Amino acid sequence: MFNSVLSITNVSKSFLRGNKKISALKDVSFSITPGQVTGLIGPDGAGKTTLLRLISGLLNADTGQVSVLGFDTRSDSLRIQASIGYMPQRFGLYEDLTVQENLNLYADLQNITQQDRAKRFIELMHMTGLKPFVNRLAGKLSGGMKQKLGLACTLIKSPKLLLLDEATVGVDPVSRRELWEIVYSQVSQSAMTVLLATAYLDEAERCDDVLLLHEGKLIKQAPPEQFTDEVAGRVFHISSTTQSHRSLQAELSQANGVLDALIDTESVRVVMQKNQQANIAHILPNHKNITVTPIKPHFEDAFIAMLKTKSVLRQQSLKHKTDSANEDGDVIKVEHLVRQFGDFIAVNDIGFSVKQGEIFGLLGANGAGKSTTFRMLCGLLPSSSGYLSIAGKDLRDSTADARSRIGYMAQKFSLYSQLSVQQNLTFFSSAYGLRNHQQKERIEWALTTFELENYRDSNAGLLPLGFKQRLSFAAALMHDPDILFLDEPTSGVDPLARREFWERTNMLAESGVTILVTTHFMEEANYCDRLVIMESGKILSSGTPKELRLQAKTVDNPDPTMEDAFIYLIEQRQHHDS
Amino acid sequence: MRNILALAIKEFLALFRDKRSLLVIIGPPIMQLVIFGFAATYDLNHVPIAIYNQDEGEYSRDFISQIAGSENFTIIKSIDHDSEIPPLINNRKALLVVTIGPNFSADLHRHHHASIQAILDGRNSNTAMIAMNYLRTILFEFNQTWAQKHGLGSALTVQLKMRSWYNENLRSQWFIIPGIVGLLTLVVTLIVTSLSVAREREEGTFDQLLVTPMRPIEILLGKAIPGVVIGLFEASFIIVVAVTLFDIPLRGNIGALYLGLVLFILSATGLGLMISSIAVTQQQAVMGAFLFLVPAVILSGFSTPIANMPEALQWLTLLDPLRYFLTIVRGVFLEGDSYALLLNQYWPMAIISFISLAFAGWLFRHRMY
Amino acid sequence: MTHKQYPSLMRLSGLIRKEMWQIFRDPSSIGIAFLMPLLLLLLFGYGVSLDAKDIKLGIVIENPDLTTQSLAGSFERSDYFKPFPFSSIQEAQQALRERRITSILWLRNNFSEQLLSGQQAPISVIINAVDSNQANITKGYIQGVWLAWLTEYSAVQGKSLPLPVTLEQRVWFNPALSSRMFLVPGIIAIIMTLIGSLLTAMVVAREWERGTMEALMATPLHIGEMLLGKLVPYFILGMGGMLFSVAVAVWQFNVPLLGSLWILIISSALFMLVALLIGLLISILSKNQFVAGQIAILVTFLPAFILSGFLFDINSMPIAIQFITHIVPARYFVAILQTLFLAGDVWPVILSNLAALLIMFLFLFAIVWRKSYKRLD
Repeated sequence: MFNSVLSITNVSKSFLRGNKKISALKDVSFSITPGQVTGLIGPDGAGKTTLLRLISGLLNADTGQVSVLGFDTRSDSLRIQASIGYMPQRFGLYEDLTVQENLNLYADLQNITQQDRAKRFIELMHMTGLKPFVNRLAGKLSGGMKQKLGLACTLIKSPKLLLLDEATVGVDPVSRRELWEIVYSQVSQSAMTVLLATAYLDEAERCDDVLLLHEGKLIKQAPPEQFTDEVAGRVFHISSTTQSHRSLQAELSQANGVLDALIDTESVRVVMQKNQQANIAHILPNHKNITVTPIKPHFEDAFIAMLKTKSVLRQQSLKHKTDSANEDGDVIKVEHLVRQFGDFIAVNDIGFSVKQGEIFGLLGANGAGKSTTFRMLCGLLPSSSGYLSIAGKDLRDSTADARSRIGYMAQKFSLYSQLSVQQNLTFFSSAYGLRNHQQKERIEWALTTFELENYRDSNAGLLPLGFKQRLSFAAALMHDPDILFLDEPTSGVDPLARREFWERTNMLAESGVTILVTTHFMEEANYCDRLVIMESGKILSSGTPKELRLQAKTVDNPDPTMEDAFIYLIEQRQHHDS
Repeated sequence: MRNILALAIKEFLALFRDKRSLLVIIGPPIMQLVIFGFAATYDLNHVPIAIYNQDEGEYSRDFISQIAGSENFTIIKSIDHDSEIPPLINNRKALLVVTIGPNFSADLHRHHHASIQAILDGRNSNTAMIAMNYLRTILFEFNQTWAQKHGLGSALTVQLKMRSWYNENLRSQWFIIPGIVGLLTLVVTLIVTSLSVAREREEGTFDQLLVTPMRPIEILLGKAIPGVVIGLFEASFIIVVAVTLFDIPLRGNIGALYLGLVLFILSATGLGLMISSIAVTQQQAVMGAFLFLVPAVILSGFSTPIANMPEALQWLTLLDPLRYFLTIVRGVFLEGDSYALLLNQYWPMAIISFISLAFAGWLFRHRMY
Repeated sequence: MTHKQYPSLMRLSGLIRKEMWQIFRDPSSIGIAFLMPLLLLLLFGYGVSLDAKDIKLGIVIENPDLTTQSLAGSFERSDYFKPFPFSSIQEAQQALRERRITSILWLRNNFSEQLLSGQQAPISVIINAVDSNQANITKGYIQGVWLAWLTEYSAVQGKSLPLPVTLEQRVWFNPALSSRMFLVPGIIAIIMTLIGSLLTAMVVAREWERGTMEALMATPLHIGEMLLGKLVPYFILGMGGMLFSVAVAVWQFNVPLLGSLWILIISSALFMLVALLIGLLISILSKNQFVAGQIAILVTFLPAFILSGFLFDINSMPIAIQFITHIVPARYFVAILQTLFLAGDVWPVILSNLAALLIMFLFLFAIVWRKSYKRLD
């Protein structure tokens, strides 16, 4: 066992929460192969973070043994900590210290001599591209750069084992790609072993080995191909010439034998239930003009197949929205919008418009100006110049009425963490003017639809992330708004929860709700009717998802993904600049 | 209206669902009232005193027995030698040493005149001065009786007849405890309000609040209600304890007291919310509240009179709502005041409340990072 | 591979450097560490005083003549009084009620007549005694002026005042009985409590709240290094504050420092450690800035103000409260400070209080050590 980097035997761990004992891990055993990248996946609340904390010696297991590099975490945690690198979910950067000062601190903490240090700093700065920012306060970095700095701090000592907890949450695709390049280059250069917990399944797919954790139990440990083999032959693309892909998807997800249906570029990707793939031929018997193409399964299909039973979304009867568009049919209109902070131009002369019932996406890297635009639209920040209107009004100086027609879901699912789920819902519904019977009904609706009944009395701050997101979404929908603003609504949320979220959003859009959404997940851009990609405060490109993707089409890559398109556009722009 | 109520309820829940903050808001102020109520006194009891009596006559014995009979002094030691004095004073064993010379009785008998000597520890000047006053009073009485007995009484022709109004027995508890009503009310109100906006900003829920149809004025009122309610509740409790446990007389118009209390809590709430709206983080809010609280207490006349301060500082105290409220609370408790006499205390607090609340409300929408 | 992890100076200095940067970059810690001490020093040095002066004295003379003039003149000449003449006692009493004056001296219309006819001639004095302490002081001053005038008057009449026993008073350590002399040294204890307990409690709680603690713990940092890394910077800051305050006290406010500086430094250091450990303990127990800040104000600052003997005499408190003051560390330090500044190196006072601080330090250290472990649960 001594040569094993990490071996875990019969480990259980539970926490006391109030009077309730919650078990986070139940009898988990595994070991990982040195020099490999192992992925740790599972829905929110599966126990991933607990497991990583146990390995890094920050928690003690109730029973069982955790042995890292041959040491037991219970007795030798300091020795372990000297040889591993652990990057927690919210990496503890000191925001009031500069990049260099943060690096120095972690180099000091790892006891690295001045000579070794200088060389390593140069390497790390080169890898992360942080060189121009060494004297900037960490708090002033964009989300992606913060994560890179966090990673750099963890890598200062070239750890033998690197533990990453959702290192790419809230990070744009470009930075995400760069982060992984850094990690993989370390693995190949210094035979580092990596264990990473992630909610992005494309990241898991690239791993050598994958651990699937669910409700505290280890369900499966296997290379990713083995996961995908499970669903081989059960995955199809279905497209229709007469129907919108969105309504087709809604219909398919309710169809017999279908386990999962999601929008994938211009068609619907369907995963059939086990042994039901034969039914694909007559899946929608009433439709003549659909085409079905079998395709190669992705890792995500396998993940969904293992954890999802059947679409649980209840059919909702939504009344169609009244018209809130102006004479041009635009619900949201933005022209020549500018926002300056001192010398810094955060939003530089942008314009777009959104029609009723559209899902409109705002995409961009961290710091591209998405959030600033978003805050201006919601009336939280005054614009420096330009025109903007939401249902014909500027929310900044409009009456309470106008604001009562919008729903807002803040970044990071900001909720009153000390209040229970029910109290949060009660408060937000009251704030939007719901009363008595109507209010009661709406709260019950939210609790059932979003399956929050079991958490009714739990504090919002203690909910698993996926449930926080549901609650936050529910709170935004309490008053049945005509316009929805969703700021990174799926950031950090597991694939199952993401899917549910988008199914709901689709339904809302079908019923005439206008939706403005920002996201980092490029594949989610496919759900949008139209979108813009922002960079350095400007709009790089706008159009339908298809139009945007086709821009990146090359001979090598005839069918580019949204992520390819995004990176292509950003690189084009950088190329153009230099 | 119901929006405001909903927000106020949410604020209460946010404060009290965490049992620890419930404890912090309710427990310590009450404990402090009791402890400080007993502790904060300028009256001296049982001042440790040592006597160095070299005289063997009867007069010195009379005088010493008068000291021994006083509640203010406790004779800890009778000493026989000069050299014993410095250690007693230096080591704070005795605050006061009275020396009576060897010829005291003889002088008094022969010349109708003698003197005694008192050595005082002046490290705490206030205590020293008060102790000295006690000794003087005893000596004065001794003189009066002696003079009368020996037929000299009529010569002391001008008598001082002193009367103390409002606090007839000069008890400093009567002065300090009404002050504590103001002090603790200010502390509690600031604790409740100074974090309420900063915390929401840090957690990101403030944006969410601003996009609801609630108007800033409604948010302001909703945020102010918990401060006012908790402040009123605690103040009332302290007033009841002051009257029942400490027997402080409540002589004036209770309506006049509550009018003052409401205005005072409103101004404290306004200032608390203002600090909270300026702060970016909770830490800054706590520090800000603190930076306000300490000078506010010192400049209020709670423990040291405003009249003793230099003029410039006296002007500065005009900005301190606690100053006005202390006058009201002491006025109503001890002086039996009603509305008319307190008018000049009401309106400055009304102005402070209005300006601070308005500014806080304005900051809600205009302070952005 | 199995080399032992020794404590490392590099890790420690790295932590200290980090802490220093943070202090200087956050306006709120600057506020507590520098602004607040300055404010307190200035307020207590220049502003706050228990010594009454310019007592607003209403004088009512119903039948003015030479005798009453000379009596009133004695009060007018005194530094302690600011006289306001009134023509009737009703007016004066109204002014007293309206708080325009704080005391009244009342000579009735038959005052001189009685005096000349050899009868007892009373002077009536009314004092607003709401502030009993000031009332007592006022009483003393009025008595003083009265006796002085009486002696003078008797001399003019060719008689000597029959005061059989006179009192010679000698005040040691603070002959002028100025309250600044004891308030300014005492404030040093308050300032060090602020930096040691309040600031430390807040900054450590912040690390828990922002998640930086988890990242720190995942490094090979020894728990002792972590504690030292927090203690050293705030210790330096607190001692700096102490030296600054001492300098201001001695040079600006002319408070004498009779004791030796090195004893002052040693006892300050010990007190600082106690205050720091209390701050650490609060933050370890609360792990959240909101609760930590409130606890720190309620259990450290206010008791240091009221229960330390800084302002109110401990011997005069009820026995139960005196007992409680024994758990307030500032109590011991205030006693040391007042003695060192005004009386000098009085060993029995210094040693007994130092011993108490030392016991508190050991006790707190044991608790903090037990309560801090590098685990998250």
